[in-house]
Amino acid sequence: MSERQRSGSPDKDPASEAQAAQDSLGNTERAEDATTPEAAPATGGTEPKPTLGRLFLENLWAANTVTVTVLSLVLAIVVGAILMIISDPDVLSTYSYITARPSDALNSSWTLVSEAYANLFKGAIFDPEAFSGWLDGSNGWQAVLAPISETLTYTAPLVFTGLSVALAFRGGLFNIGAQGQATIGVVLAALAGFLLPLPPGLHLLVALLAGALGGAIWGFIPGILKARTGAHEVINTIMLNYIATYFLTWLIVQNGVQDPNRTDAISRPVDPSAQLPRLLGDNLRVHAGILLAVLATWAVAWLLNRSTLGFELRAVGANPDAARTAGISVTRTYVLIMVFAGLLAGLGGSNMVLGSTASALTPLVVAQIGFDGILVALLGRVKPWGVALAALLFGALQAGGNRMQSYSGISLELVTVLQALIVIFIAAPALVKAIFQLRAARAARLQTSLAKGW
Amino acid sequence: MSTMAVPDVAVAPVDEGFWNRNRKVGLVLLALGLIAAVLFGALATDQRARFTLSEDAAGAALEINGTFGAILFGVVALAAGAALLAGLPKRWFLTVLGVGLVAFVFSFLCWQVSAAPAGQNFMPLVNIIRGTFILALPLIFGALAGVLCERSGVVNVAIEGQLLMGAFSGALFGSISGNVWVGLVAAAIGGAFISLLLAIFSIRYLVDQVVMGIVLNLLAVGVTGFLYERLMQTNTERYNSAPRFSNWEIPLLKDIPVIGPALFRGNIFLYLGLLLVLVIHIALFRTRWGLRTRSVGEHPTAADTLGVRVLGLRYRNVLLAGVVAGIGGASYTLALYSFTKNMIGGKGFIALAALIFGRWNPTGALLAALFFGFADQLATYLSTINSVIPSQFLAMLPYLATILAVAGLVGRVRAPAADGKPYVKG
Repeated sequence: MSERQRSGSPDKDPASEAQAAQDSLGNTERAEDATTPEAAPATGGTEPKPTLGRLFLENLWAANTVTVTVLSLVLAIVVGAILMIISDPDVLSTYSYITARPSDALNSSWTLVSEAYANLFKGAIFDPEAFSGWLDGSNGWQAVLAPISETLTYTAPLVFTGLSVALAFRGGLFNIGAQGQATIGVVLAALAGFLLPLPPGLHLLVALLAGALGGAIWGFIPGILKARTGAHEVINTIMLNYIATYFLTWLIVQNGVQDPNRTDAISRPVDPSAQLPRLLGDNLRVHAGILLAVLATWAVAWLLNRSTLGFELRAVGANPDAARTAGISVTRTYVLIMVFAGLLAGLGGSNMVLGSTASALTPLVVAQIGFDGILVALLGRVKPWGVALAALLFGALQAGGNRMQSYSGISLELVTVLQALIVIFIAAPALVKAIFQLRAARAARLQTSLAKGW
Repeated sequence: MSTMAVPDVAVAPVDEGFWNRNRKVGLVLLALGLIAAVLFGALATDQRARFTLSEDAAGAALEINGTFGAILFGVVALAAGAALLAGLPKRWFLTVLGVGLVAFVFSFLCWQVSAAPAGQNFMPLVNIIRGTFILALPLIFGALAGVLCERSGVVNVAIEGQLLMGAFSGALFGSISGNVWVGLVAAAIGGAFISLLLAIFSIRYLVDQVVMGIVLNLLAVGVTGFLYERLMQTNTERYNSAPRFSNWEIPLLKDIPVIGPALFRGNIFLYLGLLLVLVIHIALFRTRWGLRTRSVGEHPTAADTLGVRVLGLRYRNVLLAGVVAGIGGASYTLALYSFTKNMIGGKGFIALAALIFGRWNPTGALLAALFFGFADQLATYLSTINSVIPSQFLAMLPYLATILAVAGLVGRVRAPAADGKPYVKG
């Protein structure tokens, strides 16, 4: 099995991130990129068969995708801690006498950093106080699930935009326009949500489809421009992002769209019949968007790995010349890739206004989900289930960041820093490898599969 | 854009048959002129449209009847389009196109100014020109940073981050030291820091340059936003009250009508920006460094064969780009405003657009930046006279123009051949 995987190109990799991780754990033993001399004997095959425990340890310290991801996370957390310390004048002042009383500096730093990260954890995953409160009856079960609910609420739109970027990546296109596609998606979804008088159920469906349509239109433009004129999709999608944002800010204040009771830039709210139902009662924000996200992940995985279009898409992504020689219409594939990518991003945008995050259009209604989607796609190694897991991590960071901001006074911007750092480190596995003195890198495929010019 | 990356796409027809580029552009211009003459002419009022040569309604002015002006300039644009359509010699193309577009803009202005509320039928040219340059300044610095990077083969999508980091460190260290020059140097270092990350990761670790640029932008937004909330908001006095460069009046030049008060009573960044365009243009096309830079950006293997240190040159140019963009960021915090979160707000991406629109050429980038700055300034002006044109649509103009340019409708643009491709010796 490991022989089969070793010769495979990234495109042939299995969709399941879990399985991919398992495979890469089995593979690094024979990693081909033997840059460190220590790795050389292992490839020879003359060594006696190592025990299971030894194999496990070796794999743990080899630079595979899982190890690199975990270590990137660790590095990002360390850099985040340093930022926290140097930006706190009280803690920083203890460093002026660190040679005299090092315990002061270390203690105050530790208190600052550990409290902040503890709040991050409590806000994202599990709060022991809420749990003990539930046991002695001082709060309901909702409080125990609140962090998970928040995490899933933030995760859902990121899954869509992450899938959007990842799908385009697999077809050899860099979709920086997920932000703009989500913006047009949110506009059409909201318009359908408060302009159309439809019965519940149908209304939600129509609003979601409208959002998907909006994204698809916005994805079609760079797709057709790329196919017809060769205009680079990176440039066009960046430009379309801004056009979409200005369109949104213009539309909000138009008659019939703006909330008649408000003077600021906010639209009428979406009808309740078009809102995604909440899963765990009205007190918890998690809504059906997360189920749609799982469904979308499955659909994209199927599309990529089981459908004709997915095959053509991967073929074009791997080598457009070869694909054309094989009779695949490259231009048609480019257009379809961007339409599907836009459709996914549009659904992500719909989540922002039909879910529980907001119920009306504002200039910032889509937040940063499009740009975060790029990071999510990279962190998920452009595989559907990997993207879903990466979105979960980013959702958790967002949810935890909110609590960290209100309880520890650490700005939410730290989460942006952490997210960017994680992706920087996983994008440069060679750096992580060098820092931790890991053995041969197999994870180097990320940049080799993506690097191309304007 | 790059035919290397996308070899399969249909290349736009170049000068084949009757419908060559000149005639197509001519047709578009003809249609614009028709719109101007008929639509703008009909909407304009009989008020006199005054273009004053000062900062307010007073003083000498160019005056024209609104309706007459709108129709007149519309007909000029129409004539320019017709001339192109008739098949003018190629060397006249740019001049006629320029005349046509300017006439279209004037026709539009005649309509807008004459239709303004009574008492506001004037456009202060000094303010418009000065505003255009001020708004274009970060774009000029940013686009020059792009030129330096991309001419040597490194895609610079991180302009936004470089500007932001420059603005931030300029404000921070300018405030702490209380000295503008320290702030300026700090801003340059701040921009260069983002550049250094871009250089290390894209040149040493071969990370995709566009990906790296996007991530670095987010990193810059995060780091500056975080430190802004932690330091600058808690102690504005100490950390966010940088001294500012005062305006320098240039003797003699400052007395030229219109241009003088608009351009030669500005701050150091205005002069520095224009000077840098000149210096970089000459350096790029007339010096040994420029030849090497361009060869590294077009064909690094050939350059390497001839003994040019490809990677070293790329490192140097990317760092230099960071310095330039960092100073551009300081043009905000050391001259105009105090630092606020994400204060660059997408200017870095318009700078990228200006770079592409200006065809990776310093002078072209300057002209594109001025055009975008003018669109921005016009949007501000029109909103003060309660125009019917929504300011958001004018704000879209730079982005639309870039899409049209990249799609080949305004002549094809082509990036340096090796732009974005990591160079691995082998």
